[in-house]
Amino acid sequence: MRLRTIAVNDLRRRKSRSAFLVAGLLIGVGTVVALISLTQSMTGETKANLQSFGANIVVTPRGKDVSLSYGGISVGGVAVGAQSLPETDLARIDAIPSRAAISVVSPELVGAVRVKGRRALLMGVHPAAEFKLKRWWSVDAGRPPANGHELVAGSAAARTLGLLMGDYVRIGGRRFTVTGILRETGSQDDSLLITDLRAAQDVLSQQGKVTLVQIAALYADAPVDQIVKELAAALPGAEVAAMQEAVKGRMHVVDQFRSFSYAIVGVVIAIEALVVFITMMGAVNERTHEIGVFRAIGFRRVHITRLILIEALIASVIAGVLGYLAGMGVTYAVLPLVARSAEVAWAPLLGLGAVALAVAIGALASLYPALHAGRMDPTEALRAL
Amino acid sequence: MSASVSEREKRRAAEEAGGAGPDAAARDAAARGGVDPNDERAARFIDIRGLEKTFSGDGAPVYALRGLDLAVAEGSFLGVMGQSGSGKSTFLSILGGLSHPDAGSISVDGIDLYTLPGERLADFRREYLGFVFQSFNLVPYLTALENVTLPLAVKKMPGAEKRRRALDVLEHVGLADRAGHLPGKLSGGEQERVAIARALVNEPPLILADEPTGALDSETTVEIMDVFAGLHREGITIVMVTHNPEIQRYFDRTIVLRDGRLDCELPACDIDTPL
Repeated sequence: MRLRTIAVNDLRRRKSRSAFLVAGLLIGVGTVVALISLTQSMTGETKANLQSFGANIVVTPRGKDVSLSYGGISVGGVAVGAQSLPETDLARIDAIPSRAAISVVSPELVGAVRVKGRRALLMGVHPAAEFKLKRWWSVDAGRPPANGHELVAGSAAARTLGLLMGDYVRIGGRRFTVTGILRETGSQDDSLLITDLRAAQDVLSQQGKVTLVQIAALYADAPVDQIVKELAAALPGAEVAAMQEAVKGRMHVVDQFRSFSYAIVGVVIAIEALVVFITMMGAVNERTHEIGVFRAIGFRRVHITRLILIEALIASVIAGVLGYLAGMGVTYAVLPLVARSAEVAWAPLLGLGAVALAVAIGALASLYPALHAGRMDPTEALRAL
Repeated sequence: MSASVSEREKRRAAEEAGGAGPDAAARDAAARGGVDPNDERAARFIDIRGLEKTFSGDGAPVYALRGLDLAVAEGSFLGVMGQSGSGKSTFLSILGGLSHPDAGSISVDGIDLYTLPGERLADFRREYLGFVFQSFNLVPYLTALENVTLPLAVKKMPGAEKRRRALDVLEHVGLADRAGHLPGKLSGGEQERVAIARALVNEPPLILADEPTGALDSETTVEIMDVFAGLHREGITIVMVTHNPEIQRYFDRTIVLRDGRLDCELPACDIDTPL
């Protein structure tokens, strides 16, 4: 016979109250587990999806631009300092420690050309990388350029120059076939004639040069600021800037969701603790006479307190385990409804954390009832009916 | 000479180890015709002087005990009788270390109860006393064996030893075959026996019984009183509060309380004195 024998037998005898106590903790722990695992899964998917929203780092030549230009780079006005980057810089970008955290590296060469007697902007890119970076680009009834003799025209450029798919144009002595018209984006991309980088370098006489490099860093891995630092160190002759508005604005969505989840978790824990407190106080009051008997036969105050806490801890451990399983079950059920491609990650540490949370709440919420039980006057307790 | 709770524990350990404790030495000396140095302590095993207790409520204060003086010899069977409100239960709760007196002193086996520090009073109840309550007060979700073992729950002792002691006392009260039953499955007399066994499991020198036969029929009352008589013959000191004049014949002494004072002692009381 030990105190825990009394505790276990009391829990078994008062099945309804024990079940209510376990249920109160279980629902709370399950909610916390579900929210945390849902948040983790959805955050992962959100970060992956954010890759589709374009570049978040721009590498530009170090210099001062004094005229309006595409992407902040002067292409016809007066400028101080370098106007291009060596293409060999791309190899240095590939050599940074956080290269694995970069999704797309897309060099661009932009320059002014004359087409059909009018001025236009020619952009040379690696088509595959550029179209991956700018997922909102869509070629109507056509396809991106596949070689140095093909180009895609922005919608405004096509309208102004009277270009249709399949037309031929001469730019800088080189003949290009229009393989598609870019769907209107509402940005200055609509004014571009987009071709292969090598072809643009030849036309613009900028062999081995690029105007800027747009980079898409992955949000799930190294922080963007870290990548910017590494790029700046690798490219001392260039300006490396994170597109803070893009980064912070997009992560703000994720952070807001996480903060909301944690706020809900806090409320749930508070309610859970209240349920445990009220249940244990009721249990102690119900057992006033019994506590009087324990005191009369020689139990000290600390024995009574320990007895109540042992009961609470046994119920808490049970609730923690069941709550973890329930929470993961809810995650499996709900996640496909809110995040199509996200996967549930089983985390043993989350299970341990769930049990620890239940035990902590059970112990803290039961502390006052346990101390109250220990302080009961044995004479008054024995008189209680 | 005063003893302490820890001295009693050491004495018990020495006796269990086969050594001669101080009581054994005293008995040997008396048997050889020498002076028993424990005579005075034995004569005043329970020593109550000037005990007072007042309850203050919303109305006028209630003087439950007004200067009670009493000495009870070791090994005696004392009956405490009196009308409702005479102070019997208050007297028993103070003697049991459950309620502090407002004035006076009370010592058991030389231990001044209300000078014991902190939770030593709980230790005293566990080592020196056995309580038998009016309504049995068994824990309903524990078997008879578990109820009897209850006072041992807070002692550092192997589980097998606890079980052995509990079975011994259950056998002593004739209930070894009902050890696995819950109280709800036992008759009133059987529950009372379990309660007595629980009071005995720590081998206390003093049993306090508060109306132990109050809820029993006359036949069962006799059975239970026979159990108490057997304990008395074994040398245990018993103080029993009762309303039942029919069991007065079991007592060595019977005192009557009235208005918180020792009114008289039977048979010297007026036979017409209402109880």
